[in-house]
Amino acid sequence: MTLKRRLPEALSMSLLTALLTLPVLGVHLQVEGLKVALQGDARPVCIAMTAVFLARLFQEPLKQAYSWLNLGRLLPGPQRLATYRTPLLTLLVGAALIWPFFASRGAVDVATLSLIYVMLGLGLNIVVGYAGLLDLGYVAFYAVGAYSYALLAQNFGLGFWECLPVSVAMTATAGCLLGFPVLRLRGDYLAIVTLGFGEIVYLLLNNLDSLTGGPDGVKNIPKPTFFGLEFAREPSTPGGVTFHRFFGLDYRGGDVVIFLFLLALVLVLFILFVIDRLIRMPIGRAWEALREDELACVSLGLNPTVIKLSAFTLGASFGGFAGAFFAARQGFINPESFTFIESAIVLAIVVLGGMGSQIGVILAAVALTVLPEVARQFQEYRMLAFGLVMILMMIWRPQGLLPASRPRLELPQ
Amino acid sequence: MSTTFLGFIQQVINGLTLGSIYALIAIGYTMVYGIIGMINFAHGEIYMIGSYVGVLVLTALTLLGLQSVPLMLLLTLVVSILVTSAYGWTVERLAYRPLRGSPRLAPLISAIGMSIFLQNYVMLGQGARDISMQPLIAGGWRFGAEGGFQVYLSYMQVLIAVVTVIFMALLTLYISRSRMGRACRACAEDREMANLLGIDTDRVISLTFVLGAALAAVAGVLVGLYYGKINPFIGFVAGIKAFTAAVLGGIGSIPGAMLGGIVLGLTESFASAYLSTQYKDVVAFGLLVLVLLFRPTGLLGKPDVEKV
Repeated sequence: MTLKRRLPEALSMSLLTALLTLPVLGVHLQVEGLKVALQGDARPVCIAMTAVFLARLFQEPLKQAYSWLNLGRLLPGPQRLATYRTPLLTLLVGAALIWPFFASRGAVDVATLSLIYVMLGLGLNIVVGYAGLLDLGYVAFYAVGAYSYALLAQNFGLGFWECLPVSVAMTATAGCLLGFPVLRLRGDYLAIVTLGFGEIVYLLLNNLDSLTGGPDGVKNIPKPTFFGLEFAREPSTPGGVTFHRFFGLDYRGGDVVIFLFLLALVLVLFILFVIDRLIRMPIGRAWEALREDELACVSLGLNPTVIKLSAFTLGASFGGFAGAFFAARQGFINPESFTFIESAIVLAIVVLGGMGSQIGVILAAVALTVLPEVARQFQEYRMLAFGLVMILMMIWRPQGLLPASRPRLELPQ
Repeated sequence: MSTTFLGFIQQVINGLTLGSIYALIAIGYTMVYGIIGMINFAHGEIYMIGSYVGVLVLTALTLLGLQSVPLMLLLTLVVSILVTSAYGWTVERLAYRPLRGSPRLAPLISAIGMSIFLQNYVMLGQGARDISMQPLIAGGWRFGAEGGFQVYLSYMQVLIAVVTVIFMALLTLYISRSRMGRACRACAEDREMANLLGIDTDRVISLTFVLGAALAAVAGVLVGLYYGKINPFIGFVAGIKAFTAAVLGGIGSIPGAMLGGIVLGLTESFASAYLSTQYKDVVAFGLLVLVLLFRPTGLLGKPDVEKV
């Protein structure tokens, strides 16, 4: 009976699907020289139509099955997560310290990349998760960090450890300078302006040939050293000492990969520690209060501009951290690493992990960088899936997979 | 007449053409913002889809052997508007309606997700490379002395201006005269109150998405014809630019979006002529930042007071 009533609706939805999918998936434009030809392909359209038809027809039973499954139950709630936090973190860090010595070089390399995204995610989490400011141009700070290290190393011959504080300071300054004028804007305006800034930085990197090398980027960026010991077969400067000679080891090309991984881990732990302290400080409380209700904050005498600016600057400086490390790891950077897509990926990490949840962001960053590497044959579907995940998360679980826990007290009834 | 002056006229023509396109897209942003107060990030992608549908229909009509240019243009516009309207409606239904009443950030993130999704969806379906096509309408008028600098006004530029004016006029008429148009204005004024007074606000919201998408389709078809080249990434930059235009004119105001589009088109055209082509986007985004800083309500916007 109900099925019969649902039939017209299911049919019309299925027709709508046909209208939507036909021009994109059903007919392909074939360019042959100057001539453009069309090629039909009915299969994807039919599949989409059938899927939508069945989903609409059996909407009620599907909904019942879904609520019976109760997927949300499988994920830990904020309170349960808080109890496991310390042992979980210790276990993770312990495993991460030992693991690279036994894993393959490629796996360690991917893990290092995922740690870069962890840094970015944690940095953006301050801005988006804690302070509630949607920053769509986060990649700009990543780029400033990377380029400031690369250019300092290239032009002044400085090493990673001298440059790291300098590039973090430069990124923080950039964040402050960009943030100062725009932070008075309301949420969605801020999103668009930061997006514009991200694009401006990308365009500048591409076009300021004399400074940034334009589309060719910067090459031969030195790798970090271990207290002045280089990871190379032969020292690059006369009189220099390499790591393997100093410790009397055989030279292995994989050493530098492991070292970079451990270095990234140390940087991540440092960032994690700093953020963990910050959010317990008054400034951290102020971020969250501001996110919840700006008007109430202002009425209580908090200065919203200063609070937002501190979040923006700190978030930016962690982006600079990640950028400098990225440049050091790659040894080569060009503007193509700093497009809007990167901002979107980092945002997807923060959204998926749970805004304001450190563990969530870390796990999401690892998942979103490792999964595409494992499922290489689905590479082209990666961004498609990211977009879909962002929509579904907002509808299904806006607080993220592992939501942040917040200390709270309730009066007994 | 001096060369400098003729060059200036040429830039005005180019700027007005570009500005018409921006204005058409900007209306979609401004109407949605006026009613539900969110930036429809996926709007740029809708415009891109409109452009693809346009190229598809034109190719199909050419293959069918249709000769009459006005008929082809009309059919292309109609089909493209139909498909993108369906997209506008579906996007609102799937990505925004379930989030009504949730915190401000949620629909925005969902919209960004939708934008990324649509871009990659078209990329998977039609490939990431440029698709170029034969110009449907070629030629134009030249003004100025033989041998000297000549101002070139192509038929396509005239067509863009004419089509834009027609659609703007239709929209203005619809919004000011029709029953649904009146409901739209009531919702923009106060959505809750309009709902209490018996206006189906969900329907009005759907309508604004459909109208915005339809105008974006017109812009997409015109751009495809004008440049003769499209790819799945055109929606992103055009989207930001059109949003800039909407903010420039005062977001929420339809005449503002038209004015903002024209101003932005002229600015960009002058920037690429007198500064450098590479930095024209920087100038456009810089303009957005400046407007937001010094006049966040835009040229024709009303001040927005936040209420508790």
